[in-house]
Amino acid sequence: MIKVRQLRKRFGDQQVLDGVDLTIEKGESLVIIGRSGGGKSVLLKHIVGLTPPDSGQVLVDGQDIAHLNERALLAVRRKFGMLFQSAALFDSLTVEENIAFVLSRERNHTPEEISRRVAEALEMVEMPGVQKKKPAELSGGMRKRVGLARAIIYRPEVVFYDEPTTGLDPVVSDSIDKLIVRVCERLKVTTVVITHDMRSMQAVGRRVAMLHHGRIYTSGTPVELMASADPVVSRFVRGISDEKEHTF
Amino acid sequence: MTEVPTNVIQRVLSGLGRFSLMVAEVLRSLTTQRLSGRDLVDQLHFIGVKSQMVVLVTGAFTGMVLCAQTYFQFHKVKMDTATLAVVSVSMCGELGPVLTALMVAGRVGASMAAQLGTMRVTEQIDALRTLATHPIDYLVVPRVVATMIAVPLLTAESIAVGILAAYLVGVHLLQIDPGYSLVNMQRFTDHRDVLMGFIKSFIFGGIIATTGCYKGIHCGQGAEGVGHATTEAVVYASIAILISNFFLTLLLTRLLALI
Ligand SMILES: Nc1ncnc2c1ncn2[C@@H]1O[C@H](COP(=O)(O)OP(=O)(O)OP(=O)(O)O)[C@@H](O)[C@H]1O
Ligand SMILES: [Mg+2]
Repeated sequence: MIKVRQLRKRFGDQQVLDGVDLTIEKGESLVIIGRSGGGKSVLLKHIVGLTPPDSGQVLVDGQDIAHLNERALLAVRRKFGMLFQSAALFDSLTVEENIAFVLSRERNHTPEEISRRVAEALEMVEMPGVQKKKPAELSGGMRKRVGLARAIIYRPEVVFYDEPTTGLDPVVSDSIDKLIVRVCERLKVTTVVITHDMRSMQAVGRRVAMLHHGRIYTSGTPVELMASADPVVSRFVRGISDEKEHTF
Repeated sequence: MTEVPTNVIQRVLSGLGRFSLMVAEVLRSLTTQRLSGRDLVDQLHFIGVKSQMVVLVTGAFTGMVLCAQTYFQFHKVKMDTATLAVVSVSMCGELGPVLTALMVAGRVGASMAAQLGTMRVTEQIDALRTLATHPIDYLVVPRVVATMIAVPLLTAESIAVGILAAYLVGVHLLQIDPGYSLVNMQRFTDHRDVLMGFIKSFIFGGIIATTGCYKGIHCGQGAEGVGHATTEAVVYASIAILISNFFLTLLLTRLLALI
């Protein structure tokens, strides 16, 4: 349903994306891994049309969104939910208003329905009862979970998670992984997860794609990647750094 | 996203281009999208109610100093009772709108730029866009509409307070004859002066909000970017107000002479 073709993006003299080709099938769960600063978040922002590419295409259900205007993009984005790496909560709104943002702007939900769904969503991310708090009063991990609730509450067709478990303790991480899998399977939501966490990669990914030097270097099942003999892949999944990077 | 501008002219032109696109988008949004009443009221509260102090002080002291200065000059040629007429005409047509707008630009324009700028650097504007909401609809339009409603009202208030303060200073401190003063004031101030002030302040309101929002939305990165945006919002809005005021005076005097 989403096809990325030869996507290129340059910031100043840094070629961040250098011809990315990627297909995301309906209903699948894809994990994107890659070095920090490798352009994963930038890739995600291109897929949801937040940043226009220098060249290349992003096809959503056959429609090239790379050059749509903002108003036309809004309709496309209604199908998407996105958890930002920084959570990006609206700091002038309460947790409840953040999570209910889309629902309360759609005007076809009653206030009771909205507050019930917000409570359910908070229950799902294991943070009941924080409705009235402001984002500034939450810890980093809590903000991320509120961001997650905000991204899934309106039942989008595709959810993008940018490092959903970074900064969470292992127990909550595990429950978030399970939540992502549950959302994907029960609601038939297409799931795209960026992560550095090999455990959560194996927990949520049916397919893993590795972004390296601005391209999709390889893709396969988590098991295949973990067992890969390719030096770039195996170094990454085992977390072994280059020797020379330690010499000052 | 945008090419690196190679020189100042290019930068200015591309800035003006993006600014015009934003204004066009605001107009499109106004005609096609529903404006949220709650957002509008929030903004009106912030702009109107919280600017009271600033506007009252500005209006009162401008009226007072204008009265005193005019009186010192007019007294020499025994035209004491024309003092308040001068105060009222210049407060209505020039000083009221311009000074109120400058004060509001410093307070409201700056905070709009800082607020939207912070939202931009913390990815909140991107988040808004992924939540299928146009930043212009949600952030800019309520601010522009509220400012264009609030600034004329604040201006009227500041003019009224200015004239009142001038009257008190003139009559009680400088011993000008109140009866003749009031008659002269009404004789020389006509509806054109009032209308001119009203139209100007409406336009100034638009300048303040669009500049503040534009600078915020196109703010550079980090705290430094927000700082820059805030300063520039105030500076550009103030300059635009002063320059456009001159041309508006020329234009409106001609136009209003027709009615
Ligand atoms: N708006 C921007 N302007 C300039 N450079 C940018 C911008 N956004 C990203 N970059 C650059 O693009 C590169 C990729 O950034 P990106 O955020 O996609 O990395 P990432 O793969 O998500 O890393 P991490 O795992 O640490 O989140 C970085 O080197 C960054 O410096
Ligand atoms: Mg990232």
